[in-house]
Amino acid sequence: MDSAIVPYLFYLFSFMIVVSGLLVVIMKNIFHCALFLIICLFSVAGVYVLLGADFIAAVQVLLYVGAIAVLMIFAIMLTAKVSGIGIKQQNEQVPIAIITTVAFVAIALYGLGKTIWNIKTDAVIPDNTTMAIGKLLMTTYVVPFEIVSVVLLAALIGAIVIARRN
Amino acid sequence: MEISLAHYLALAAILFGIGMFGVLTRRNAVGILMSIELMFNAVNINLVAFNRFVTPADFTGQIFSIFVIVAAAAEATVGLAIVLLIYRNFRDIFVDNINLMKW
Amino acid sequence: MREFSWIIPLLPLLSFLVILFFTRENRKLSSAISIGAIALGFIYAIGLLIRQLGDNSEFEMRFAWAVFPTMSLEVGILIDSLTTMMLVVVTTVSMLVQIYSLGYMHGDPRFSRYFAYLSLFTFSMLGLVLANNFFLVFIFWELVGLTSYLLIGFWFEKKSASDAGKKAFITTRIGDLGFIVGILLLSIYAGTLNYREVFAQAAGGVIPTAALSLAGVFIFCGAVGKSAQFPLHVWLPDAMEGPTPVSALIHAATMVAAGVYLVARSMAIYAAAPTAGMVVACIGIITALLAASIALVQNDIKRILAYSTVSQLGYMIMALGLGSFTAGTLHLMTHAFFKALLFLCAGSVIHAVHTQDIQFMGGLRGKMKITFWAMFIAALSIAGIPPLSGFWSKDEIVTATMGHPVFMVLTLLVAFMTAFYMFRLIFLTFFGAPRDQQAYDHAHESPRSMTTPLQILMVLSICAGWVAIPWLKEGYSMFVYFHEPEATQPHYLIMLVSSVVALSGIGLAYLMYYKRSISADALAAKFKPLYTTLYNKWYFDEIYDRVIIKPVLALTSGLWIFDNGVIDWVVNFFGKFTIWVSGVKQWFDVHIVDGAVNGLGYTVWSFGALIRQVQTGRVQLYGFFIVFGIVVMLLIKVV
Repeated sequence: MDSAIVPYLFYLFSFMIVVSGLLVVIMKNIFHCALFLIICLFSVAGVYVLLGADFIAAVQVLLYVGAIAVLMIFAIMLTAKVSGIGIKQQNEQVPIAIITTVAFVAIALYGLGKTIWNIKTDAVIPDNTTMAIGKLLMTTYVVPFEIVSVVLLAALIGAIVIARRN
Repeated sequence: MEISLAHYLALAAILFGIGMFGVLTRRNAVGILMSIELMFNAVNINLVAFNRFVTPADFTGQIFSIFVIVAAAAEATVGLAIVLLIYRNFRDIFVDNINLMKW
Repeated sequence: MREFSWIIPLLPLLSFLVILFFTRENRKLSSAISIGAIALGFIYAIGLLIRQLGDNSEFEMRFAWAVFPTMSLEVGILIDSLTTMMLVVVTTVSMLVQIYSLGYMHGDPRFSRYFAYLSLFTFSMLGLVLANNFFLVFIFWELVGLTSYLLIGFWFEKKSASDAGKKAFITTRIGDLGFIVGILLLSIYAGTLNYREVFAQAAGGVIPTAALSLAGVFIFCGAVGKSAQFPLHVWLPDAMEGPTPVSALIHAATMVAAGVYLVARSMAIYAAAPTAGMVVACIGIITALLAASIALVQNDIKRILAYSTVSQLGYMIMALGLGSFTAGTLHLMTHAFFKALLFLCAGSVIHAVHTQDIQFMGGLRGKMKITFWAMFIAALSIAGIPPLSGFWSKDEIVTATMGHPVFMVLTLLVAFMTAFYMFRLIFLTFFGAPRDQQAYDHAHESPRSMTTPLQILMVLSICAGWVAIPWLKEGYSMFVYFHEPEATQPHYLIMLVSSVVALSGIGLAYLMYYKRSISADALAAKFKPLYTTLYNKWYFDEIYDRVIIKPVLALTSGLWIFDNGVIDWVVNFFGKFTIWVSGVKQWFDVHIVDGAVNGLGYTVWSFGALIRQVQTGRVQLYGFFIVFGIVVMLLIKVV
């Protein structure tokens, strides 16, 4: 990766993330929100690529965009309400939420600004992350791996049970 | 300017804040779930960034983020199933009106 | 024998109790018990008389009842000639009246109670006669008054009867007030109430004369009440509401005689205090005159006899007041017999014609032979025609007025009036044409139970007075005397004059009511105002009513208003005040105490109401709180 364009890419991606994220939470039409969510998720995948986590980027796109976002869209379709003009999408907590969120972000930024990170400057970014991750999943992290598959199974069954029509 | 860890962390922080704002203010249940997804993503960015800058040889962060994604998927599934159920029972998707636990 | 004379009053008392508690339903048994008791008493009294005639000594039995430092009250018996004479009179008349009542009260629903009352009365009277001290005699005095009230108001369904009972009791009570004062005076000055001791002190001059006079007058007050003397005579005519046998017994022979007996017993006091004696005599003659004048114009047969009784009692009182113990007590005895006879005959007549008004009678001589002869004899006796008993006693009384010319003239006037009104009664009742044909047709002679006592009394009315015939060596005055026995001397002039007076009285009545040569109505019209006054009893009742009774009633209603208004107001005020206090307390309790408690609850509730607003049920609010908390923590930690 050419380190010269990294900053531009970074700012591009972060801009897209932030904007689409804002739009996700602000848009009145929930369907539009879902679309912007997809854009946001794509941008996050891009950020992953910038960070050299290509496998994660791929997983992100596959899972998040391909599955979760689609799921959201399905849910939107199934719970479609007449999105008239008068119906608010934001509740009355907006002012205090803004204040609190801004405070939170401010504090977080301030905190991370103050902290001295333990950055390894001579980092070697491995190329083939996929193989390394796969190896790790099967050896060191095999138990969480199995458990998480059980979790997925549980979620699957649970969702079916919850949402089925009697 | 060199994009360092702080930038990524700041990005994640902002994204997290946005997601939090959405959680607190969206009336549509699905909208809330979407905001939660944003928050998950922010966390993932954090993890991957840490992995890249602090322990590049170790893939701890990335594996962690895999699990986070999986958890998010499971959670979204079940959450949406519940939303569907609520919609079926209340005919209403706005969480403002779902206040049975009100005093 | 004399020690057991307390049996004589005890028997009637037992009879009273037995009838009252046990034999009320059984009429025959009740009357038998009552008559039996008095008959036994009569026999004992006769025995006592015989004994006393043989040995005329005083006998006394005393028991101390309540002993005080200064004086003691005692119970006891005193028997002397006076007592014995009284016992015989009382038991005889009581017995005959009770036998008469068998017929007269036949069919009355309260037959047994009547005999119970009669027994109680007899007990009281006998006790009065036997008592040996003023305290005991006062107790029996009151008992006699009580039983008189019960008997006068026997038919209490009639308002007039119950009123008469009340009047009798109240009027005699006024007299008794004086009596008590007299007794108290005696107890203070003599230190004792025993007869013999008091009289000894009176005769011996131990008691100051002024006190003695006062005591005598006050004691006489009791006699004024009981013997219906002026001014307390008003109850006796009204007392005729009671059954006629009751009138015969109580208001002719015994109770009214109690007053005379008391004065006679207290002769020592009056002898030692001549002023008191003169007061007594004056009251006596005034009464005699007053009552005789009223009797001249009355039309109710019993009323005539009642006023006659008052008048004759006046005679006795006057005689005693003038110092003649013999005259007074002798007339008491003879009067008891012929007046009882007169009343019983009147009862017989009333029983036959069912009316008491002589204007509706007439010509009954043929229909009621026994009654007629008995009444005729009694009238002759009371008029004082020799040789009947009344002549001898009236003669004694006139003799007693020798030395007091005013008294003598008035006494003879009363004798004239007595003869007149008695024979007016006889002529109008038994002679002439019947004025009410229906009553006349129904008239019949009374049953044997009623006529037999009449016959016995008739004999007594003739010869009871013979014991006092002046030519007797051991006559009445040798037996019953005060101080010492004295043989009576015959006063031929007096005997002649009193006979003439009596005969002229009878003659006038004969002319007016038999021959009708002098018209009664014309006389009445000529002396209209006098006639009206006499007919209305000298307006005594009206005067008393206006002067005494109405003011007292006004006072009582005034006091009632005070009691109701003031005292009750005070009591009610306290009640209302208490209610007000409890109202205040209630306000306090409700507002302050409950307010505090409720306030506490309200505070907690409102606090809770405030806080539970947090539970909106909306998850996003909870999420906000979470975020807020995190921010705060971060703020503290990081910044």
